[in-house]
Amino acid sequence: MLSPHPETWLCTRPEGLYCKPGDFFVDPVRPVPRAVITHGHSDHARPDHGAVLATHETLVIMRARMGKDRAGRVQQEIPYGEVLEINGVRVTLRPAGHVLGSAQVVMEWKGSRAVVSGDYKRRSDPTCAPFEPVPCDVFVTEATFALPVFRHPDPAEEIGKLLHSVALFPERTHVIGCYALGKAQRLIALLREAGWDRPVPLHGALMKLCRLYEELGVPLGPLEPATVANKALFVGNIVLAPPSAIQDRWARRLAEPVPCLASGWMRVRQRARQGGVELPLVISDHADWDELLDTCAEVQAPEIWITHGRDEALIHALAQRGQRGRALHLVGLGDDEIEDEPGGGE
Amino acid sequence: MSVKLFASLLESLVYTPSRNGKLRLLRHWFATAPDPDRGVGLAALAGELALKTAKPALVRDLVAGRTDPTLLALSHDYVGDFAETVALIWPERPGANQPPPGLAEVVELLELTSKADLPELIASWLDVLDASARFALIKLVTGGLRVGASARLAKTALAEWSGTALDEIEEVWHGVAPPYIPLFRWLEGKGPRPDPNGAPVFRPLMLAHPLEEKDFAALHAADWRAEWKWDGIRVQVTSGPGGARLWSRGGEDVSASFPDLAPSLTFHAVLDGELLVVREGEVAPFADLQQRLNRKAPGAKLQQQHPAMIRLYDILMDGEEDLRSLPFDARRARLEAWFARERPPLMDVSPLIPFSSMEELAAIRDGARAASIEGLMLKRADSAYVPGRVKGLWWKWKRDPLTIDAVLMYAQRGHGKRSSFYSDFTFGLWRGEELVPIGKAYSGYTDEELLWLDRWIRNNTTARFGPVREVEKELVLEVAFDAAQRSGRHKSGVALRFPRIARIRRDKPASEADRLETLMATIPD
Repeated sequence: MLSPHPETWLCTRPEGLYCKPGDFFVDPVRPVPRAVITHGHSDHARPDHGAVLATHETLVIMRARMGKDRAGRVQQEIPYGEVLEINGVRVTLRPAGHVLGSAQVVMEWKGSRAVVSGDYKRRSDPTCAPFEPVPCDVFVTEATFALPVFRHPDPAEEIGKLLHSVALFPERTHVIGCYALGKAQRLIALLREAGWDRPVPLHGALMKLCRLYEELGVPLGPLEPATVANKALFVGNIVLAPPSAIQDRWARRLAEPVPCLASGWMRVRQRARQGGVELPLVISDHADWDELLDTCAEVQAPEIWITHGRDEALIHALAQRGQRGRALHLVGLGDDEIEDEPGGGE
Repeated sequence: MSVKLFASLLESLVYTPSRNGKLRLLRHWFATAPDPDRGVGLAALAGELALKTAKPALVRDLVAGRTDPTLLALSHDYVGDFAETVALIWPERPGANQPPPGLAEVVELLELTSKADLPELIASWLDVLDASARFALIKLVTGGLRVGASARLAKTALAEWSGTALDEIEEVWHGVAPPYIPLFRWLEGKGPRPDPNGAPVFRPLMLAHPLEEKDFAALHAADWRAEWKWDGIRVQVTSGPGGARLWSRGGEDVSASFPDLAPSLTFHAVLDGELLVVREGEVAPFADLQQRLNRKAPGAKLQQQHPAMIRLYDILMDGEEDLRSLPFDARRARLEAWFARERPPLMDVSPLIPFSSMEELAAIRDGARAASIEGLMLKRADSAYVPGRVKGLWWKWKRDPLTIDAVLMYAQRGHGKRSSFYSDFTFGLWRGEELVPIGKAYSGYTDEELLWLDRWIRNNTTARFGPVREVEKELVLEVAFDAAQRSGRHKSGVALRFPRIARIRRDKPASEADRLETLMATIPD
């Protein structure tokens, strides 16, 4: 018997991507009875679902960010690799390499397999498990950096650039704008790998998740709140804060701050300059152009569905490689690389 | 030494907003880069590197041959700048590991290689460079670095690094050429001062201090000469056997923008004056002159509709005779004699204003209403022509500023030290029931006022557009400005000269701010 094409059992609805036989959504943007959540970023993990299935780490992160009551009426943890049957659909989570706890959702129905990757990256990251490619019939991918101008350099080189600048301006504070979940902890881990052992002062918005990472077994070394009382710590140091805070009133406590931003977007000068960034760091938790294409090839899927991002370029390039691309135009999935929380840091 | 080091200098310059930061980077370059790369880099920054054969179209063709056209177009749309798009999209060749070329070698080969072989040469370099060095190379090839470092800034850094006065560097600058080896040898004390050899050189201008009340009280009418301060562009005219040039105040060659003046420059002298657009004897608004300045090669129509002339203030050299050490009165006599002898077309001499007391002069200043006059210049009768701004020799005595009460409409964050403050303000006047923006100001306030404004803006924001906030139309600002001129390019139909915040009028309701027609009525047609 021919297995059914995934488009017969997987579809988009206003709430998000929906598995019909399993009767559940993956990363829905509004409250639904049953949701599988790939990772804890707020555009993927929304509050007030009925039943939520996710990794232990993702659930811990969701509870910390939205409160225990709003992270799902029923919260079910599932380790990477373990199979769960939901109405005859075999569901497995596999590491996505994006942030701690991030997972791809592997769904099998009557011999046909679809993989929803969520957000992912292929570079090594000391703070989370590496991406595991799973061969499938349909691979659902993001396309955040799907243009050939996006090629992320080695993150260790970018950290080297930062440390060089710190040595050049020993009287100033380098303040790095970064997303609170994932990017902040990865930056600290990269700094530690590069031998930076000073206490890292953190903006209040980052402290909770850093502590959580440590409780989940990711060591980050000494951290300090970047309060006005800790001013002496700032000279010649590297301070982390949400992107919205690095040029705002909060930053006035720092010593002649050098505004830095860690994001894949920093590859484009204009983008960096518009934000008043003086030291752009091209460090991303997403796959770059080559990695997107390589991953699509590796999973051997004849069809690639694209959730969000620059789908036009990716579909064009996939067609030249004999893979059919399809844009899902899912709304509400967005840009965790630069998050500008309204009123953040004020 | 490779293109890579120069690329990292460019990159740092791009991302460093402060002038002092840029100077530090440039000083470091002059101190550490080897010859001849150091001078080639200086030439590139100063805009003196004109490559004859390598053109933007060449880069366009090269990248088109190596990338998919759809992906290139999508990428260009996203990135905006074409040179940067090419630098980022250029396919890396992991096998190509020959050492990257040196900066001077690149420039030399670009000049020597035949047009047919140029594409292959440039492609072979792009293959071995990283994205930031590719960007630098493409910028070199296509011209126009646009890294926020002017020729003047580069020369200032040279002066600071070498401990030589900037004026001295300016005097030899136009007699030296890339890669400037004799210039560097001189600055390092290892060689003689380069001789400009009759080439037209810029001689730094004498500048004036603003006159304040306490200074005014000490002035005796008999010691001083007065002239109008015309609202144009200060220029230096250099003409002689080696050629003729028009220099801007900063020593930039602006001759190309004013070809209509070239036939007048047949004499042998160096003059100081004001560049103006004059129609039927009337000096046109500054905006008209600005249109001329913006064009590197103005068309015949623009030259005809915006006719330029030079109003002379001073004479620095008559033939080979240096007059700069003479007192002002003696130079003035020489200027008038020179003018009577040469009668150059499209020039006149700015008249001296007779006065017998400082009170009389104050009354003359108050009576000047023409927008083309910014105020008065006071020059000591015995002052030599000294480059720079020496206190007590020349004063500029501007007219009292005009003011309007305008309503704050939008605010934007500043740069550098002010990046956490909303410090750039767009304000407007009433036209009927609506507010029309008429200008932007980012100075004039005290630190305390800035803090207050910043807080007010944050508490009264109604919308955000990127770095810009729209605010409640409730705060009245008293805006001072030097002149108002009609402008077809502004929605309001008016442009202000040097607007700045004079006072915050917390006491005044927005409805009582000024009306646009009141401002327009003050402008002569």
